[in-house]
Amino acid sequence: MSNSDVRKGVGLDVITLGGFLIVLDVISLFLAARTQDPLMRMHAYIMLGAFTLGLAALAMRAANGITYDESRYEEGIVKAGVIATVFWGIVGFSVGVIIAAQLAFPNMMYFQDIGWLNFGRLRPLHTSAVIFAFGGNALIATSFYVVQRTNRARLAGGVWPWFVFWGYQLFIVLAATGYVSGITQSREYAEPEWYIDLWLTIVWVAYLLVFLGTLMKRKVKHIYVANWFYLAFIVTIAMLHIINNLAVPIAWTEHKSYSAFSGVQDAMTQWWYGHNAVGFFLTAGFLGMMYYFVPKRAERPVYSYRLSIVHFWALIFIYIWAGPHHLHYTALPQWAQTLGMTFSIMLWMPSWGGMINGLMTLSGAWDKLRTDPVMRMLVVSVAFYGMSTFEGPVMSIRAVNSLSHYTDWTIGHVHSGALGWVAYVSFGALYCMVPWLWKRKRLYSNDLVEWHFWISTIGIVFYITAMWVSGIMQGLMWRAYNSFGFLEYSFVETVKAMHPYYIIRMTGGLLFLIGALIMAYNLWRTARGDVRKGESVPDVMPASAAIATA
Amino acid sequence: MSLFSRHVILEKNSLLLTVAILIVVSIGGLVEIAPLFYISSTIEKVDGMRPYTPLELTGRNIYIREGCYLCHSQMIRPLRDEAERYGHYSLAAESMYDHPFQWGSKRTGPDLARVGGKYSDAWHVAHLTDPRAVVPESVMPPYKFLKDNLLDGRTIAEDLKANKIVGVPYTEDEIKNARADLFAQLSEDSDDYEAFIKRYPGANVRDFDGDPEHATEMDALIAYLQMLGTLVDFSTYQADADENLR
Repeated sequence: MSNSDVRKGVGLDVITLGGFLIVLDVISLFLAARTQDPLMRMHAYIMLGAFTLGLAALAMRAANGITYDESRYEEGIVKAGVIATVFWGIVGFSVGVIIAAQLAFPNMMYFQDIGWLNFGRLRPLHTSAVIFAFGGNALIATSFYVVQRTNRARLAGGVWPWFVFWGYQLFIVLAATGYVSGITQSREYAEPEWYIDLWLTIVWVAYLLVFLGTLMKRKVKHIYVANWFYLAFIVTIAMLHIINNLAVPIAWTEHKSYSAFSGVQDAMTQWWYGHNAVGFFLTAGFLGMMYYFVPKRAERPVYSYRLSIVHFWALIFIYIWAGPHHLHYTALPQWAQTLGMTFSIMLWMPSWGGMINGLMTLSGAWDKLRTDPVMRMLVVSVAFYGMSTFEGPVMSIRAVNSLSHYTDWTIGHVHSGALGWVAYVSFGALYCMVPWLWKRKRLYSNDLVEWHFWISTIGIVFYITAMWVSGIMQGLMWRAYNSFGFLEYSFVETVKAMHPYYIIRMTGGLLFLIGALIMAYNLWRTARGDVRKGESVPDVMPASAAIATA
Repeated sequence: MSLFSRHVILEKNSLLLTVAILIVVSIGGLVEIAPLFYISSTIEKVDGMRPYTPLELTGRNIYIREGCYLCHSQMIRPLRDEAERYGHYSLAAESMYDHPFQWGSKRTGPDLARVGGKYSDAWHVAHLTDPRAVVPESVMPPYKFLKDNLLDGRTIAEDLKANKIVGVPYTEDEIKNARADLFAQLSEDSDDYEAFIKRYPGANVRDFDGDPEHATEMDALIAYLQMLGTLVDFSTYQADADENLR
């Protein structure tokens, strides 16, 4: 370590961030004072509080003297991201269990006078909490970890990465409080209103700059494959987010806006966004995670470099076309539906290219599936990825879609991807990172990882099989005719038939939540440095915080 | 030099990699979305479509706020069972003034694209207040509180104005009188009725929630539900006319 790496005092990053926070504070103060809209005022106060806290924290850090050590990785922010991931995961899974219970037991779970606890307001809370709060924090935390390690460079931007982290948490809080109080654009997975969208755009641009800046500082020649995926995720989400959220607010002091597009164009834009929220947020980003943590944990190189190149470009090119399969048999012109279906089927190939590259990385290390439950979790996540990326193309075929669309089959498909792939690969990454970050030789308990794995796997199986049965059954009941040529079932008879499956689904979700709670306990004890008595857990190599110089 | 060795150029240049990604992910959207704005057959030629009345628009915003679209679609597919269960398949023209669209993606409850006129106002009030009192097997949440929330029309003129900016053909006259029109739709006896019905011919005018003393969110939501799918005149719509082939 040379002294030239260490820099002290208040740098340009602190000054720019401080100035920016002051501007934001003034804007939110003005907003709180001027608005006639009680919901907007609530959000203006939340923003005012957040920016003031941020300013105070920054001032305290600056007063204590900030030390920048370019020879060491920024690990504090990754630790914060790990904690946020676990926290939001448990919140999101819990809300999921609650809304599943509402559909199973409506008499018990709804309250006449508490409208904001209704399904319609909690469902966006669940989807945003798991996708953006849990998944998003997992992506930000792991991308900040991976981009530093694979490029041998400290995060760029000084204190700005902390702006990305806390700015993103503020986005989550604004979105969540907005949903329950009735602020929504009704665009699925893009429900936050215009000013929250603007805020996310600012945070996201800062995220892109921090990530790119770190790539530019790299001390290795090649950009490692995991970073291609993280970069594609960040860039494409920016594009999708901006275009899908184009809207005209009724006034700058009002929360309500109207979408720039209408009807068929609006539907196409939304599902272009919606499917690529899956493709880039829930796939490309998490493939980046896979490309770092699977080889690292298996201690094997990635199976094929060429396959990485082919499946990366094919995946990002083809995914973006797949949106119209959400609009089969709708008023969307048929040429667009056919294009969407064609590309969705083609998408199977690059998806499985990624799966094969992940699985085959274990060549010569398959015994770890037996001995290392964390490795098993990672491998099962890739297997679930393979399964849902086969199911997806099948469901995108118009004839299949005529049965599956509007039913629980779609919900089951989403959850095999979200629980099996996204959550499992994140859990695997968390189990890897916590001992590394907190400098522990091993996890608190491998047995608890086993318990987590099996309880949540049984939960997933309950969930997706219940949804397969209920979805296909309801689709068939809707189109069933009796011998006189009349529709066999009224709509509500098909609702009644769902009841047992809704209970099974709720049970599956509950098991998944219990698994996550076990993980949270295990990670907490690991971070404290505890080792469970009577259990021999093999050591993992603690990663050094120092940047190796060649 | 093989293609794979050329890839090294991207791996060594982060900005080039970013630009390449951006180009590759732009193509699909450009091909699928942009033509929908200029191919004239994208939206059918129909008679009867008009912008929402202020009361209907308010009801629609409540529908959005409460997340009704999460369980109810508004898009009838051209399949035999759907046509028999819900009515004529939905046309693109029927959502041409919908900012945002409400086609939905899930039918935990039935499709609502043509629910207008199917049930009485009293049924809707009873059902929204306590769904299981009317349909015992229902899993729908109760919306009793809508009857307690009074309409004030604070932003309704701004609502119409914003809709006009994004392309809904509201007139200056309609924007100026938006607030009066909001309440005029609740009674044929109101002073503003004549002017209202001239601006929105054929609109349902009555007290919707069974409580003529108050203008409530229940009024607005039911006014919206009762007009859904009723605007287009299907007696003049020709599905196989050249301009409607898509």
